[in-house]
Amino acid sequence: MALVKAFTQFVEPSAGAQPAGATASSAEDDAPTARPPKLETVQMGFFYGLNQALRDVSLKINECAVTALIGPSGCGKSTYLRSLNRMNDIIEGTRVTGKVMLDGEDIYAKDVDVVSLRKRIGMVFQKSTPFPKSIFDNVAFGPRIAGQTNKAQLTEIVEQSLQRAALWNEVKDRMRESAMALSGGQQQRLCIARALATSPEILLMDEPASALDPASTARIEDLIDELKQNYTIVIVTHNMQQAARISEITAFFCLGRLVEVGQTKQLFTNPTQKETEDYITGRFG
Amino acid sequence: MSLHGDVYERQLVWRHRLGQIFEWLCRLATWCSLGILAVLLLAVGRQAWGWLDAGFLTRGNSYEAPEAGIMAGLWGSLWLIGLTAIMSVPLGVGAAVYLEEYAKPTRLTKLIQLNISNLAGVPSIVYGILGFTVFVRMFGLRDRPEKFVCSLGFVDFTFELPLGRVVLSGAATLTLLSLPVVIIAAQEALRAVPPSLRHASLALGATKWQTVRHQVLPAALPGILTGVILALSRALGETAPLAVLGAAAQLSVVPGRITSVGDALRHPGKLVQAPFDQFTAIPLQIYSWVNDPSRGFEHVAAAGIVVLLTVLVLMNGTAIFIRQRFQKKIRW
Amino acid sequence: MSSAGPSRREERKPSLRRAFSWQRAREQLIQGMLFGCALLSILTTISIIYVLFTEAVLALPPQTSFFQEIGLYEFFTETRWSPQYAEEQRHYGILPLVCGTFLITGISGLIGLPAGLMIAIYLSEYATPRTRSICKPLLEILAGVPTVVYGYFALKFLTPYFIMPVFKDFLGLSVNGFNALSGGIVVGIMIIPMVASLSEDVLRAVPNSLRESGYALGATKFDVSAKIVVPSALSGILASFLLALSRSIGETMAVSIAAGQQPVLTANPLSQIQTMTSFIVNVMQGEVVAGSTLEKSLYAVALVLFVITLGMNLVSQMILERYREVYQ
Repeated sequence: MALVKAFTQFVEPSAGAQPAGATASSAEDDAPTARPPKLETVQMGFFYGLNQALRDVSLKINECAVTALIGPSGCGKSTYLRSLNRMNDIIEGTRVTGKVMLDGEDIYAKDVDVVSLRKRIGMVFQKSTPFPKSIFDNVAFGPRIAGQTNKAQLTEIVEQSLQRAALWNEVKDRMRESAMALSGGQQQRLCIARALATSPEILLMDEPASALDPASTARIEDLIDELKQNYTIVIVTHNMQQAARISEITAFFCLGRLVEVGQTKQLFTNPTQKETEDYITGRFG
Repeated sequence: MSLHGDVYERQLVWRHRLGQIFEWLCRLATWCSLGILAVLLLAVGRQAWGWLDAGFLTRGNSYEAPEAGIMAGLWGSLWLIGLTAIMSVPLGVGAAVYLEEYAKPTRLTKLIQLNISNLAGVPSIVYGILGFTVFVRMFGLRDRPEKFVCSLGFVDFTFELPLGRVVLSGAATLTLLSLPVVIIAAQEALRAVPPSLRHASLALGATKWQTVRHQVLPAALPGILTGVILALSRALGETAPLAVLGAAAQLSVVPGRITSVGDALRHPGKLVQAPFDQFTAIPLQIYSWVNDPSRGFEHVAAAGIVVLLTVLVLMNGTAIFIRQRFQKKIRW
Repeated sequence: MSSAGPSRREERKPSLRRAFSWQRAREQLIQGMLFGCALLSILTTISIIYVLFTEAVLALPPQTSFFQEIGLYEFFTETRWSPQYAEEQRHYGILPLVCGTFLITGISGLIGLPAGLMIAIYLSEYATPRTRSICKPLLEILAGVPTVVYGYFALKFLTPYFIMPVFKDFLGLSVNGFNALSGGIVVGIMIIPMVASLSEDVLRAVPNSLRESGYALGATKFDVSAKIVVPSALSGILASFLLALSRSIGETMAVSIAAGQQPVLTANPLSQIQTMTSFIVNVMQGEVVAGSTLEKSLYAVALVLFVITLGMNLVSQMILERYREVYQ
């Protein structure tokens, strides 16, 4: 239980900075919500061929808040995240049951265009994946394929995105250099900037800091804290301290099920489920 | 920003259509290439129809199209490939074993490796020039070729120095040509053998060579065999180096005058003589028939091509059979 | 083999120190022999260079080399190539042969490179595993067809049934029965499988994370293939193009069968030409007098051919090496 107390300390400072959008009651199914959720899954299941990786996941994700998904490896949290913008479509033989609603619209409906969907729901991956192009071309890639050809506007979008990703000052003099020359932490922020450039509404982050050193991790976390003013963020993390530091809502996954979801502070200090408690106190996982 | 709204929607439709067009173009390119293969085979088959019979396989060449046969080329090619295999397999596998199992990553090793991949890209006609100079003319060793008679006790055979345009010169040239391919294929097969196998053998006190000889080579054998057969089938279809050697395309005698297996068993001396005889080969005969403007020879050439492709299919089939069979058996 | 049983253990303890043994000597000998096999490849290269160099550039004293008889200046600037003509009409300018070679290479590149690349993109990005398992062996067959067969195909089918009807009957151009176009087309078909398989390897080496990042930005499959995967693999694709072009420069049989034996300095693909390779084969079909300038000219042409292809191969190998480093 000593560990749980340690977590409390992490949670305390961030609790004060909570925006109004993320109210405490939002995650509980039975509690009435002030605003409709931005993104919602209803009894979602996921199959790799015949293997069921997720079952019966019902979760509401609030606008302009950070929702953290935690759980032991292989619990399905990454699979869940990737099915929110249909990245799993790329893998053959996968199937989704139940519903995933973006602003009340089912994203798995027949006539949904995945390309438009993914433009609205951006994603940042565990390993930074800069394209082997210049810094500018990396950030401009999304707007360009979306049809933005105006040079001046492109430059503006790129600058804005880089500023939002807190990278502008470091790279503004070398926009034409290869993105591969940036450091690991800079590359990851570049990927965030690249995701922001298509002006998504939601940002999915799959362990965005797990491959970074502590200093770069801290910068990414600061960045997430700022971004939540304008974006809905869903982040998968292995690191429970990180979840405690940056998120308002935490969802705990285990063996393909959503075990518990609640306000981060509450989930870490006073979990209702035995499995959650075991996990966050380090008894398994 | 025009990233949303009508403009984006309209462009999205166009982007999807562009993607579809591109995919169809790629698909078209693929199936067109394979379609060409089909057209090629059908065209050759149609031309050869009626000209390919048992007589074609057992007749020597002739200046009259209906009388022309491919026997000399068939036996010549078999001799060439046999000798090439005997020379290139030990040399190629030996080099591969050295590079994969023994060599330390020195600069010499790197140079050898780079050199091998470059040799694989040297035009075959350059090998022809090399073979002509080194084996056929032996750097102009003598002004006139000199005859030697060599006695092995039970048989005598004659040869000339310089060697001239004989089977052995052709096979040696093809060996140099196919060695890089054999080495690269054998290296890949050796690389696929897991290091744990070597470690286990060495830990039992086996020497390096014992490990290679009894563990690594048997495990890599299917892969090596497949690569060797593919390299040899490539060599079988090679025309340019043999044409440059000046091998007589119109020859109608068979090396060693052996025209059946029984023949060879009754007169083993002919087997020793054959490598030092003049020769022709299937692709060489096809080349001379294609260039022959007289009537009927386009059919003879097509029939020759069918024979050549049949031999190649048989060889490749064997390689695929070996690959399929052993891939299922051995699972690391 | 240790024959010491348990009872004799105390009498003979095996020494761990090195001593002469037949087994070690044998190991050394075997290693030496294997090293010899590997060295043979270096020896091959050295003898190619030696043979070409002594005949073409600098001969051992009593003999003279090609360039000692015919100056470098004439060789590279003269626009006529007629070493087989009567004494007073002989000209030794390699330009027509180089021109013929590059005409063939250009045509083959126009056909083979885009087609090969598109097949590679299709196989690596679009095709299902099943389609790929059907297409790849078929492409291998296409690659395994001997070049003399392609020559036959070009001369007896492509020219009379495709080039003649289109260019002569329909467009009204004058077309030779032997023409560079038919040769170039079949050489292009010949390099398709090579480009496809090399480029496909290169495309598949592009990490999947890049594709996913593209999709996550709202890219279509076309955007990902054409704007992320291909640019990322560009250097590798370039290397495969170079290898393929070097192959079509060195290609002999199809060209000497279908494109004729007339060394002319022309850019007209419908006329008869002669390439460096088909000149060599053509001369070697007849009897060549040892030591004649004609014979030496073969080596000079072969040297030019060797240098060009070697250069292209080396460059593409260097590019590929660097490419592999990036994605490993």
